Amino acid sequence: MSDDQHLQTYVLRLADNALVLGQRLSEWVGHAPALEEEMATANVSLDLIGQAKSWLEYAAELRGGDDADRLAFHRDVLDFHNTLLVEQPNGDYAMTIARQFLFDAFHLPLLEQLAGSADPRVAEIAAKSAKEVGYHLRRSGEWMIRFGDGTDESRRRVIDAVERLWPFTGELFTGDAVDEAMLAAGVGADLAAVRERWSGHVDEVFAEAGLERPEDGWMQSGGKQGHHSEHLGYLLAEMQQLPRAYPDARW
Amino acid sequence: MYSQFVDTGSDRVLSSEELEGLERAFQERIDDEITIEPRDWMPEKYRETLVRQISQHAHSEIVGMLPEGNWITRAPNLRRKLILLAKVQDEAGHGLYLYSAAETLGVSREELIDALHAGKAKYSSIFNYPTPTWADIGCIGWLVDGAAIVNQIPLCRCSYGPYARAMVRVCKEESFHQRQGYEIMLDLCRGTDEQRRMAQDAFNRWWWPCLMMFGPADGASVHSQQSMAWKIKRHTNDDLRQRFIDQTVPQAEHLGLSIPDPDLKWNEEQGHYDYGEIDWNEFWQVLKGNGPCNRERLEARRNAYEDGAWVREAARVHAEKRARREREAA
Repeated sequence: MSDDQHLQTYVLRLADNALVLGQRLSEWVGHAPALEEEMATANVSLDLIGQAKSWLEYAAELRGGDDADRLAFHRDVLDFHNTLLVEQPNGDYAMTIARQFLFDAFHLPLLEQLAGSADPRVAEIAAKSAKEVGYHLRRSGEWMIRFGDGTDESRRRVIDAVERLWPFTGELFTGDAVDEAMLAAGVGADLAAVRERWSGHVDEVFAEAGLERPEDGWMQSGGKQGHHSEHLGYLLAEMQQLPRAYPDARW
Repeated sequence: MYSQFVDTGSDRVLSSEELEGLERAFQERIDDEITIEPRDWMPEKYRETLVRQISQHAHSEIVGMLPEGNWITRAPNLRRKLILLAKVQDEAGHGLYLYSAAETLGVSREELIDALHAGKAKYSSIFNYPTPTWADIGCIGWLVDGAAIVNQIPLCRCSYGPYARAMVRVCKEESFHQRQGYEIMLDLCRGTDEQRRMAQDAFNRWWWPCLMMFGPADGASVHSQQSMAWKIKRHTNDDLRQRFIDQTVPQAEHLGLSIPDPDLKWNEEQGHYDYGEIDWNEFWQVLKGNGPCNRERLEARRNAYEDGAWVREAARVHAEKRARREREAA
């Protein structure tokens, strides 16, 4: 693969993480536990889908003759590059919050590094996104603490959520040829450094929440390479239904 | 109109001469266009009427998230998805302003929400209609928000200050939503045959329910007259409905949609459109709980609230623990 192709894949990964997580969050709209959470959930979802749009527009330019909507609505499972973590179902609110926290704590240091990318478009989109993700992380961290240090029930639920989601965190930091090439070109992030910041932040929030950090056991992976869980197909079927059913239509 | 039938507790409207003492002084302030604020004395029925109306309005914003929320995950492109998300987020915000406005009248948000979930409080009948196609999202923006704006602009001059001020903020966002809805319809109507069919079908289904949003005909509503005497309302239901029809028909024509009312025609003499008879039986049935989605809407809200109870409880308990620790550390 050439560096151009690596860059496309790299940008698509950033896009798909934001798109799939934004899509998941939007499933909560109208069903959140409080009015304030309706707003917050919609808000975070809106930020993420907005970020996905920026990344996809860039990816489309890199591919030439494509557009962001085509990339979002006409790629199938094998061509989606999001990590497995973000496609996990919402579950209860503890599961949604834990997924959000584990991702936000990765997303922020990643974007902050990318804000210094040698690729000006990557740097620009990352810098703008990092501001939003700073808020996301503060919010999801606060909820982790509320749940961990709340009632017996909230504690039980958040412990269960963390335990179920932990095996999907390894993939966030596992580099492959794409990551290596982009790092070497000064475009991509150093995942080891991102992991260090992620880890420090997780420890800090877990300590305040009174939660124990799970052991790093076997980690699931494959999403970045297009090998997904069974969940993604349904998510895409729902998301893509209209443009697929009416390929000639403009909306 | 998001509060289409509000009980004022009145059998008839008393004239100023029939009122005494505080009630009379209150009515004089109203007649002089002096805004009523939370600490001012007000008749109990005025207070109760406003609680009903503002809470119905708030509930409508919240229940109204559901028919549109139904399409967020399926919006046909990224731009539409972002706009719809932003819109539904605004609606939650409107719900919050309105519950706050209602709370200035001495009730709590929790009581009001409990009344909604118990089926004791109303919300706009319009949200009991389903959104089976994407064109329904266009119609909700264009027609439902359009009708809401016609109703809410005069509410910006409502005699109760906190409600009037909430409406000023709400109206700005609603006009934006309405334009977006119209834009969806425009794209559909200029699109493929299938898209035009979708647009016409949705329009046929939403037209009459939107006219019902303005509430019962004037002759049938003593409550309306009382609300007008108190300047909670500024115009009658039929006046507002007529205004909505007059502004909407040319928009429908511009879209190339036909209006599902054989009796609709321009009345040169009156300078208004004449329109056919509204199915008032359907209106009262939907208000009573027999609309196509009443059960689902209320169930969805109840489930969200019940499933979220442990979340709210965790937040409360954590806040207490934290406050206690801070006290002990001080």
